Amino acid sequence: MTTAQLIIATIGLTVISVITRGFFLLPNREWPLPHWLLQGLRYAPLAALVAVIAPEIVLTNGVLIDTWRDARLFAVAVGSAYFVWRRDILGMIIAGTAVLLALRIGLNW
Amino acid sequence: MNNREEFWRGVRDMLGPSLGISAWALVTGVAMVKGGLSVPIAAAITVFVYAGSAQLAALPLIAAGAPLWVLWATAFCVNLRFVIFSAQWRKYFGHLPRWQRLVLGYLAVDLSYVLFLRRFPEPKPAPDQWPYFWGGVTWNWLSWQVPALAGVVLADRVPTEWGLDFAGVLALLGVAYSLLSGRKSWVAGGVAAVAAVAAFGFPLKLNIVVAIAAGVVVGMLLDRRFPDVRTAPRT
Repeated sequence: MTTAQLIIATIGLTVISVITRGFFLLPNREWPLPHWLLQGLRYAPLAALVAVIAPEIVLTNGVLIDTWRDARLFAVAVGSAYFVWRRDILGMIIAGTAVLLALRIGLNW
Repeated sequence: MNNREEFWRGVRDMLGPSLGISAWALVTGVAMVKGGLSVPIAAAITVFVYAGSAQLAALPLIAAGAPLWVLWATAFCVNLRFVIFSAQWRKYFGHLPRWQRLVLGYLAVDLSYVLFLRRFPEPKPAPDQWPYFWGGVTWNWLSWQVPALAGVVLADRVPTEWGLDFAGVLALLGVAYSLLSGRKSWVAGGVAAVAAVAAFGFPLKLNIVVAIAAGVVVGMLLDRRFPDVRTAPRT
């Protein structure tokens, strides 16, 4: 892409950030949403997060991993165990990342 | 109400998860420059777009010279979750002037949403919400922008082969865990995870939309089959 195209692309991406995050917040009048939909939408944030995360954990270059010798699996297991133990996200990140780096650097997984 | 106390409470709640976000930001900054973007463009994208998952999804498309509409459609799909969050934000901030809602909405990312709803489960305005919100989004903004810009500038010197960005995945995973409440949400989340992986090959990152739809539909079916005793939505 040329620089001009990249600038247009960046402006567009910024507008998309603003519009998506303000979608139902920006109109002056509330858009009526049916009750059953609002009830169902409480599952949406969880589903959205999981959708972003899951492929990052079990796919390599878009293909399902076929080995258990993947540092990410152990990082997730240890991080999750820590979270169950302490309910603490910071500790979970540190424990998981430590395992990841140890296996990546130490064993080349 | 104590404004300063609530502001710092917002910062404190954000401290832990923001560490993972910072690692993710650093690697995103590096990836943009190594992906072929010039330093000023990469810095502008980081500062203005301020959406990690959309930036990472957009990067290969920019590198491949994809048409602008494909790039924008992809970013929109990845950001669709914010559309859903915005309906919830309205219950807290819908009464404010429009320009304030615009700024609030723009700054409200995943972590802000989850932490805010944990702090204020009752979906109605309260005076403590404003300072708490600003504490959280200010810290989140800094802990994304500073490492991301550092990554852009120091792209050649930051090692990426170790997969430090995985700290960001762990942070979001921790946030997802704290959203789990009861068996129905486990099932809905599990279905969404499988759907996101199964539909990974879809164009425009539509697998995320497919996964959200699958999770919501399963959640609604479970709600119909096993109604809650309590009717107030938790998230």
